[in-house]
Amino acid sequence: MKTSKDCVNQNYLDFVAEISPKTNEKRSLLRAFWVGGFICSIGQGLRYFFQEVVGLTGDELASYVSIVLIFLGSLLTGLGVYDRIGKYAGGGSIVPITGFANSVVSPAMEFKTEGYIYGTAAKMFTVAGPIIVFGVSASVLVGLIYFVIYRIF
Amino acid sequence: MDILLMFLKVFAVGGAICTVAQLLINYTKLTSGKILVIFLLSGAVLQAFGLYQYIVDFGGSGATVPISGFGYLLSKGAMEGAKESLFKAITGGITAAGGGIASAIVFGYIFAVLFKSKSKKN
Amino acid sequence: MERTIYFKNSPKIIGVCSIGGPKECAGTLGDKIEIKLNDDTFGEKTFEQAESKMLYAVIKNAIKNADKTEKDIDCIIAGDLLNQIISATFAARNFSSGYLGAYNACATFTESMLLGGALIDGGYLNNVVCATSSHFSSAERQYRYPLELGSTRPPQAQWTVTGAGATVLSKSGGGVKITGGTIGKVVDFGVTDVNNMGAAMAPAAADTLYTHFKNTGTSPNDYDIIVTGDLGALGSRLVKDILWEKGYDMNKNHVDCGELIYNVAEKEYQGGSGAGCSSLVFCSYFYEKLLKKEYKKMLFMATGALLSSVSSGQGESIPAIAHAVVIES
Repeated sequence: MKTSKDCVNQNYLDFVAEISPKTNEKRSLLRAFWVGGFICSIGQGLRYFFQEVVGLTGDELASYVSIVLIFLGSLLTGLGVYDRIGKYAGGGSIVPITGFANSVVSPAMEFKTEGYIYGTAAKMFTVAGPIIVFGVSASVLVGLIYFVIYRIF
Repeated sequence: MDILLMFLKVFAVGGAICTVAQLLINYTKLTSGKILVIFLLSGAVLQAFGLYQYIVDFGGSGATVPISGFGYLLSKGAMEGAKESLFKAITGGITAAGGGIASAIVFGYIFAVLFKSKSKKN
Repeated sequence: MERTIYFKNSPKIIGVCSIGGPKECAGTLGDKIEIKLNDDTFGEKTFEQAESKMLYAVIKNAIKNADKTEKDIDCIIAGDLLNQIISATFAARNFSSGYLGAYNACATFTESMLLGGALIDGGYLNNVVCATSSHFSSAERQYRYPLELGSTRPPQAQWTVTGAGATVLSKSGGGVKITGGTIGKVVDFGVTDVNNMGAAMAPAAADTLYTHFKNTGTSPNDYDIIVTGDLGALGSRLVKDILWEKGYDMNKNHVDCGELIYNVAEKEYQGGSGAGCSSLVFCSYFYEKLLKKEYKKMLFMATGALLSSVSSGQGESIPAIAHAVVIES
C-alpha cells in the first residue's frame, strides 16, 4: 500500500513553494515587536504599581504581575478581542503570558457546548497542556540535577 | 528618568523576544502551541545555566512577561529549592510558578463559563 | 478505465435554494443568495446546529422552489464537513424522504449530483435532492484551532464558507440539465500544509479535467464556462499551469467559486472553501445564469481535500479529489 511518502512529487512541491504568497516579513516582525514590547511594558507598569503603591517585593511581586496579566489575557479572550490582536501581532501576542492565558481560555470556551466537565474543563488544556507538562517536568529535572550537584560539591 | 530608561529596556527586550517568535512563525510552520513550548523550555534551560537571570536583570518585565520568563521562574524556583531539600527541589519550581498556573486555570474556567465564542468575520 | 459517464435521459435541475452567512452575503454574490443570515448561529445554541438548520432550510426551500412537495422527493443525497457528516444527517432527520449520506469533503456537491443524476437517469428514482453545507465556525474548530485562539492565518489560507445550497434533480421538467460528468480519482502529490488546500487539491482537479477533456474529446473552449469549487487563487493558478503543460488552455473561461464569493478586499487570503462553497455559488449565481441561457454549457467541478485532523496529526499528506459534471441549458 502507498504511504504518504510515496506520494511526494518534489517538482510540484518546489513549484508550490515558489509561487505561494509569503508573509510580509518586515511588517509582521515590526508588529510582533511593538505589540510584544507594549504588553511587556504593561507588565513593567504593573510591577511598579505593586512595588510602590502596594509595597510587594520578590516572588510575590512577580506572581501578582503574572496574575493580573493572565486575568487581562483571559478577559480579552472572553470578550473576543484577543484573537484579533493575535491576527495582527502574531508572535507579539502569542509569546507573552497573556497568550498563554488565551490558549487556556479559547478551547475551554469553544468546547463549552459539550458540557462544563468534559467540554470546558477537559478541553481547557488542548493547547496549553504541553506547556504545563514540559514546564513542570523541566523544573523537576532542573531541581533534581541541582540537588545532586549541591550534595556532591 | 530611570523609570523611562527602564521602560525603554523592557520594551526592547520584550519586543525582541516576540520578534524571534515571529521569525520562527515565518520560517518554520510551527503552530502557536509549539512556539510556546519552545520558548518556555529555552527560558528554563537558559536559567538552569544561570543565563536568563542576566536578561531579567537588564530587561525586567521584558524578560519575565514572555512565556520564557515562566520557564525561568520554574527553573529558578527549583534551583533555590534544591539548596534546601530533595522535596523542595521537586516542588520549588511549581511553588514559584503556582500563582500563574492557578490563576490561568481559575480565570480560564470562569471566563470560559461566562463567555461564548464569537462569530468571526475575518 | 472509463470514468466519464453520459446521461442518456439528462436529469433536469428543477429547483435550487441557497443560504449564506453574513460574510458571504456581504460578498460579491450577496444579493443573489436566496436566504441571507444576519447571524451565523441561525438562532441555534451551537454552530453545528446552525449548520444543520441551514441545510434543512435549503432542502426545504429548494423542494418548494421546484414546485414539489416532500412526498415527491424519493431521496436526499447530502453531505458536509463535520465528523460523521452530522449536519446532513440531522437535517435529513426532518424529512420523510430516503437519505444517502455522501462525503468527499468539499467535492461532495458534484459527487451527490453525479450519484443523484445516475439514479434518475437509470430510471430508479424520479426526484432527488442534492445538498451540501459548511460553516466557518464548526469547521474551524474541527480542522484547526478554537475560534478565540490568537493565531495568525498564513497568506495561503482559505476561509471556510458559511452557507449551503440544494438542488432538486428530476426525471422531467425545466431547461437546465445534467448531461454527464467525470468521476474523480484520489490524487496526492504529497502536500502536507493544512493551510494550503489549493495546492493540495490542484493535482486532483487537473487530473479530472484532463480525463474529462480526453474522454469526451472536448477542449476548454467547448464550454461557456468552467467552474471549479474552492481551489482559491493559488490553486486555480496551479490547475491552469498543470493543464497548460498538458495542452489545454482554460485561462479564458475558468472561474473558481472560492475566488468569486468574497470581495476583492479579502485578497490577502486565497478565497473561500468548504463543502458549502460550490453549492452556495452554484445555487445562487450560476443556476440563474443557466436559466437565462447566458451560459449554455458549463463544466462544473467541485474539489475536495480528503484530510482529517487525525491524518494530519499523524503527519500524512493531503489526498484530494474532484468530480466534474456537465450542465447544459
